[in-house]
Amino acid sequence: MGQSLFHKVWDAHAVRTLPSGQTQLFIGLHLVHEVTSPQAFDMLRERGLTIAYPERTFATVDHIVPTSDVARPFADEMAEDMMVAIEENAQQFGLSFFGLDDERQGIVHVIGPELGLTQPGMTIACGDSHTSTHGAYGAIAFGIGTSQVRDVLATQCLAMDPLKVRRIEVSGTLGNGVYAKDVILNIIRNLGVKGGTGYAYEYAGSAIEAMDMEARMSVCNMSIEGGARAGYVNPDQTTYDYLQGRTYAPSGEAFDRAVSWWRSMASDADADYDDVYHLDGSALEPTVTWGITPGQALFVSEKVPALTDLPDDERDVAAEAYDYMDLKPGTAISGMPIDVAFVGSCTNSRISDLREAARVVEGHKVANSVKALVVPGSKSVLKTAESEGLHHIFEDAGFEWRGAGCSMCLAMNPDKLQGREVCASSSNRNFKGRQGSPTGRTLLMSPAMVAAAAIAGEVIDVRAM
Amino acid sequence: MNSSVIQYVEGRAIPVRGNDIDTDRIIPARYLRAITFDGLGEHAFEDDRKSNPDHPFDDPRYQGASILIANDNFGCGSSREHAPQALMRWGICAIVGESFAEIFLGNCTAMGVPCLTASTADIVKIQDAIEADPQREMAVDLKEKKMTFGDIEVDLQIAEGNRLQLIEGAWDATGMLLEGRGAVREVADKLPYVTGF
Repeated sequence: MGQSLFHKVWDAHAVRTLPSGQTQLFIGLHLVHEVTSPQAFDMLRERGLTIAYPERTFATVDHIVPTSDVARPFADEMAEDMMVAIEENAQQFGLSFFGLDDERQGIVHVIGPELGLTQPGMTIACGDSHTSTHGAYGAIAFGIGTSQVRDVLATQCLAMDPLKVRRIEVSGTLGNGVYAKDVILNIIRNLGVKGGTGYAYEYAGSAIEAMDMEARMSVCNMSIEGGARAGYVNPDQTTYDYLQGRTYAPSGEAFDRAVSWWRSMASDADADYDDVYHLDGSALEPTVTWGITPGQALFVSEKVPALTDLPDDERDVAAEAYDYMDLKPGTAISGMPIDVAFVGSCTNSRISDLREAARVVEGHKVANSVKALVVPGSKSVLKTAESEGLHHIFEDAGFEWRGAGCSMCLAMNPDKLQGREVCASSSNRNFKGRQGSPTGRTLLMSPAMVAAAAIAGEVIDVRAM
Repeated sequence: MNSSVIQYVEGRAIPVRGNDIDTDRIIPARYLRAITFDGLGEHAFEDDRKSNPDHPFDDPRYQGASILIANDNFGCGSSREHAPQALMRWGICAIVGESFAEIFLGNCTAMGVPCLTASTADIVKIQDAIEADPQREMAVDLKEKKMTFGDIEVDLQIAEGNRLQLIEGAWDATGMLLEGRGAVREVADKLPYVTGF
């Protein structure tokens, strides 16, 4: 019986078995941002510890960064304090830091791959649950908390139990107007928001193999929304082609040697899995969430389910969602009016996402009642988009064109919903209050669907545009 | 760097009902704009409390409680350690629930806050019993994996690795991981991407 990539990577990075029975696991790449790190650096100072492998940690700023005015000091004093803290910590501990004035700055999960830091066969950790994004490259990437950030800084290791592996085979070909976002929303809808607890998800099948790297990132990004701490795609030629020539990727003959090692880390054809799940990609439609968890999702042609349509254990949260979203069972999701349209976040802010949204927007105007914004995931994405003239397409249509950052995904910067606003959002979480207003409402969907909703002023099937 | 031994947690309990309670609800993101965890306790569940005046965290009967009884998939979403930090700073020392999201559970363990699970029926039974008698003390025994509340006794589950970390006082992993320094170097030196292929 062969091995899955997860077990190969785990075995290659296992240092020893700890007295607790857990594994001491070496972390190949540690990414740091301003929100979950300041307390970890303080703990190092309190304990007189240094960083074990400073060359394996890279820091940037994304969550608190304003996307319109980045003049220092920031208007928000607390954000300014956090910015100063990471600048000083990076300097004091000798870490590579891509700050606000650096061309490499951006959302941590966008810049890792962009710079070629993220590579197949690695273990990766970051104090952010969407670290699973990096799995698109065949890495095993974990979101961790601040105490564990301290552990990785001090030791380059984590104490962990191995995960089980569920292979998720998405067969067929995605239809026109159906994207990676729709695939992952349907996986979460079908397997549940805690279906992946205890598992790493291995995404495979023809629909996944046909995706470019950025689409694979959108799928892996939301693994955690399905409860899976890690998700990955086996590396293939698409992966190697993406990495070739990137700043931190190996070059010349080393690249060829790297490719043979990367190939060897992919799951064996006869690998053993703890579970296998099939999804027919050809049968998917553009998908929209209607509720307060990412699993409360529908095809755009469907209606909000009745309690009796749902399993017993999902009914309480569904009832809570009807109330919070002010939606009645049986209501069509198509036609639901929106107030805000947001294209951005570590799920969907890469150049391919912006191109798809621009394609929908071109020649149209944003509905009068809608505030619409596009937030590139990194300065590099922003630069590429501008070189292609995408910013003009968006601005001509009435979108605001912003600077790189996490923006309206999570309400830690000036971009927030107000009151009961409804936001068509390409982000990853529709939790209560997630986008900054304690009563604000989020509908998750692909960037193309967000663009369509911005123009129509309501949820609409992008295929009809 | 030695962490304390946690074998037994005793105190009054507080039921927080509901499945899929995410970490944005436990601590809204606006309180993550800070460079310490200080003062997070008073903001635990802030928006839920504002929208529900009967929220248990505001109920006088549960003030001073130290054991949180939760339902399914508690702590899902963001990896923010601010969520368990807020609960701990409010006074929570242990959490028993139907199930926990994994990153949240890992964060709690790394802070010395045990998370244990029980069956849905047992959790509902315990939540009902606490609401009927909020002043009664509960005991959570990590050694025996049992919880007692009056004459109710419930079996608990916890991953053995986490249980050993807690009962042996090794939940703060840094020291333990530092001891393996030499072995770490050997593993790193065998990884092609560390040595430059």
